[in-house]
Amino acid sequence: MSTTQTTARAPMDASWEDLVTSALLGTDRRPLTAESGDPAGPAALLDLAALHTVRRRAALRPAIGAAPPAPAPADPRPPLPAAARRRLAQLLADRSAPPGGGRRGTAPDLTELIPQWLASAEAHGYRAPAELLPALLDAARARTDLRTHVLAFAGPRGLWLAGLNPEWRFALRATARGAHRPDTTDPEAVRRLWADGLFAERVALLGALRERDPGAARSLLAGTWSTERAEDRLMFVDSLRAGLSDADEAFLEAALTDRSRNVRATAAELLSGLPGSALAGRMAARATTCVNPDRTGDALAIAVEAPHECDTGMERDGVVAVPPSGHGERSWWLGQLVEATPLGVWCERFGGRGARELVALPVADGWGGDLHAAWCRAAVRQRDPEWARALLGTPSTPPANGPGTASLAQRSTLLSTLPPAERSLWVADFIAAHGLSEAFQLLGVCPVPWEGPLGRSVVDALDIARDAGSYPWSFSGVMGLAERCLNPAEAGRLDVLTTTPAEPEGASPGAGGYWSEAFQRLVSTLRLRAAMDAELAPGAD
Amino acid sequence: MLLSQGEEPARTAGHGARRTVDEVPATASDEASRDAVRVAGSERLWSGAGTVGTGVVWGLRATGEGPPHRTAADLDEGAYTCGCASSQPPCPHALELLALHAGDRPVLRRSAEPPAWVAEWLTGVRGGIAADGAPGAAAGPGAKVDDGAGDRARAARRRADRRAGRITGGAQDLEQRLTDLLRGGLAAAQDPGNPLWEETAARMVDAQAPGLAHRVRELGEVPASGAGWPARMLEECALLHLLDTAWLGLGRLPAPLAATVRTRVGLTASAEGPAVRDHWLVLAQYDVPDARIVTRRVWLHGRASGRTALLLSYGAAGRTPDLALPVGSVIDAEVTPYPGGGRLRGELGRRFGEPYADPSPPPGGTTADALAAYGRALRDDPWLDAWPAVLGEVVPAPAAEGWRLVGADSTALPVAGPALSRPGLWKLVALSGGLPLTVFGACGHRGFEPLAAWPPGTSDGLGAREPVALL
Repeated sequence: MSTTQTTARAPMDASWEDLVTSALLGTDRRPLTAESGDPAGPAALLDLAALHTVRRRAALRPAIGAAPPAPAPADPRPPLPAAARRRLAQLLADRSAPPGGGRRGTAPDLTELIPQWLASAEAHGYRAPAELLPALLDAARARTDLRTHVLAFAGPRGLWLAGLNPEWRFALRATARGAHRPDTTDPEAVRRLWADGLFAERVALLGALRERDPGAARSLLAGTWSTERAEDRLMFVDSLRAGLSDADEAFLEAALTDRSRNVRATAAELLSGLPGSALAGRMAARATTCVNPDRTGDALAIAVEAPHECDTGMERDGVVAVPPSGHGERSWWLGQLVEATPLGVWCERFGGRGARELVALPVADGWGGDLHAAWCRAAVRQRDPEWARALLGTPSTPPANGPGTASLAQRSTLLSTLPPAERSLWVADFIAAHGLSEAFQLLGVCPVPWEGPLGRSVVDALDIARDAGSYPWSFSGVMGLAERCLNPAEAGRLDVLTTTPAEPEGASPGAGGYWSEAFQRLVSTLRLRAAMDAELAPGAD
Repeated sequence: MLLSQGEEPARTAGHGARRTVDEVPATASDEASRDAVRVAGSERLWSGAGTVGTGVVWGLRATGEGPPHRTAADLDEGAYTCGCASSQPPCPHALELLALHAGDRPVLRRSAEPPAWVAEWLTGVRGGIAADGAPGAAAGPGAKVDDGAGDRARAARRRADRRAGRITGGAQDLEQRLTDLLRGGLAAAQDPGNPLWEETAARMVDAQAPGLAHRVRELGEVPASGAGWPARMLEECALLHLLDTAWLGLGRLPAPLAATVRTRVGLTASAEGPAVRDHWLVLAQYDVPDARIVTRRVWLHGRASGRTALLLSYGAAGRTPDLALPVGSVIDAEVTPYPGGGRLRGELGRRFGEPYADPSPPPGGTTADALAAYGRALRDDPWLDAWPAVLGEVVPAPAAEGWRLVGADSTALPVAGPALSRPGLWKLVALSGGLPLTVFGACGHRGFEPLAAWPPGTSDGLGAREPVALL
């Protein structure tokens, strides 16, 4: 076998294109003509192609530069301590790792700790490390619940970076606090952006202006109101929710005649949150014809005569005429009237009795449920802690027998109108009395970390559940919350629970081992959180 | 190409410095031994295992009951010893040892000296007399005993010649296939069912030319690489042709180029002095996984010498290679270069003191400097795809297709295709924030592949300026 089957040398001046064409079609079909005039064979073609290739590579020149992006805005926040930066990298790396699958074991679930880490870093006012911005934005892209924190932490450079990658477009849409706030100090710029801006920019502008000068925001909106599209009007009118005051009444009252039903309903809802508004007065007038003191019996009771029709006046004030299926018309209308009526009206109507007394009064003809549910909604809408307290009742009363409502969802919204410390205490007492099985939703509105009585209540209830011999995954929701919310200082008290106890009689088989595992995870998560906090402390380096 | 390294002809002795894993069972004397070799996971049964030079391996093989067997092999001599009762050397334990050696398993520690029991046995083997009563001195019938260094050298040369002959056969075969391909046209190579490449690659493995096999396999992937593939195909065919004809004419090449060709074909060389002692800044460290082996690549920059060096370290699949040098640290150490390929690859020798961190970037050049260095390096090794370069003061900028690194003089290098889809690109962009920074990477005909970057200088004096690894 010889390597020089064709001795004729290919022409040195053959162009690269000639070589490629000949190679693609084959030298049998498309031979190169050698310097001698004979057809050059494949080996000669390869020789020449090698020469071309190496020559071209050796003679490469730089390209002409592209326009670099405008530099990222400066971020004056201090950088993270080194240990915290490593921790963040670890949390983010774990997020992208494939899930282990199966039981959770005793190791902390790192991805659940990202929101908390971000919140603490933000509270300390650190700047995000530039090299971790891509991973942060990826995390926020996958998990919407992370977005607000990530964008605040990522700061101006994060937003700058997101502008260069279409995958991170969400960051430009979101109006994170401090990240993408339009300048509202220049009236001319405001007017121009309001006139020419995209919808998202205009919503952001209106929100920012409303925060600084509620009246100016309202005037801006009123100026173009009649020309806005219906769905835009809905977003705009909703932005008045922030900083709502009696000064907005006239504008909202006008919006009650809007062409769009949703706009009308929102305007009515906002007006009913202003106890001094004409709408609130009209609703009170309607409601008080339906709900009255009943003195016919031995003791004072509440008589209810629900409305028999929904007239145009009621509809104009935002009452929805057609009930959802399964709802009676009259109770549906009654509920809406009471919900929009200032709660103070009832105290007046019933001779100065307080909320607690009113909630305790018997209600005639089985209307109690409807009336109390409407009061609950009113207490939430009007942010009235006095009424919320009355409707929640004492935490030790079983939910089914209590005043107000047995619905846990309704109770948690009522709780959220109370001051944070009071919420925790109420839920702590509730858990002490009724255990954990109904506590999940209520725990969700408690301030974190769970301090003092609440933390103790939860730990004690878990201990009791374990002793009762049920499986820990019946409480996995609460366990997960506890890992994230318990004060890390509780870890010491929990250590004793991590041992595998002797199985009590009637216990589910193997439950003790699973509990021990669950408590170990709880303790290790709390320890990890304590370490994370320590790393974030200023001067931790 | 890494597992199937063969010996370099000039210095090989015995049955080969390191056999391929596939090759080991071929010497097994019966089916049972062969099975024994295939028992993966035998690695954990070994302790006190080591290797010295190119062909001596030993270890203690746990047996489940009783004391472990003392097993050793001298590949240069084809001699084996083992404490087991097997009558047919090499026994299954010795074969396991060979498999570990061929796989470059971390359980085998490189040593300067064999332990006493191995040394004693070697004395027996090499001295021509199997010393009676020496520990584990059961040098079986397979032990070839010769009587002098001269014979050994002659035997080594014979074996080297044999392997070179095989490679030559493979290279001629390859040349034939390439010319056939060009005669019929590259268009035929586009057929996805074309078994040409796998079959040719297998032939190159048979010919003990793993370097050629590797290039052939890569050639098979070019037709699926999108628009413009015929030109790329012709380039790669031409370079492969250049390589096999260079091997066939090896004797006429100058020594450094001949060394490059040998390395490219797949023969291993060993590092040759003089060692360069310097304070070496770690520019990059990353792993290239493969089905069977993980290759760790560590790039160093000599603070005093200005040299760039590449260290390679291997680990079994799924295991981390031993060598760990974080980016931005500096080691005071000796590095001995390997011959060929522009003497870029080095072997880490003695280290002096502990590594220390040095966040200051290495001196950087312009885009034109980087390309010129690549061009110069092609003179020593025309098969180079890229050459290391430090770019000073470049800004990553989005371009119509992908990204570019733009220098202060407004010239630019495109970011190489594979790097465009890596997270490292966005780390680089984030780190830059639109300001110039120092980037280390590989500059070649496909563009620039960024491997590490040093953040731009911050006027506020806040924050660490540590380099960031991009791969």
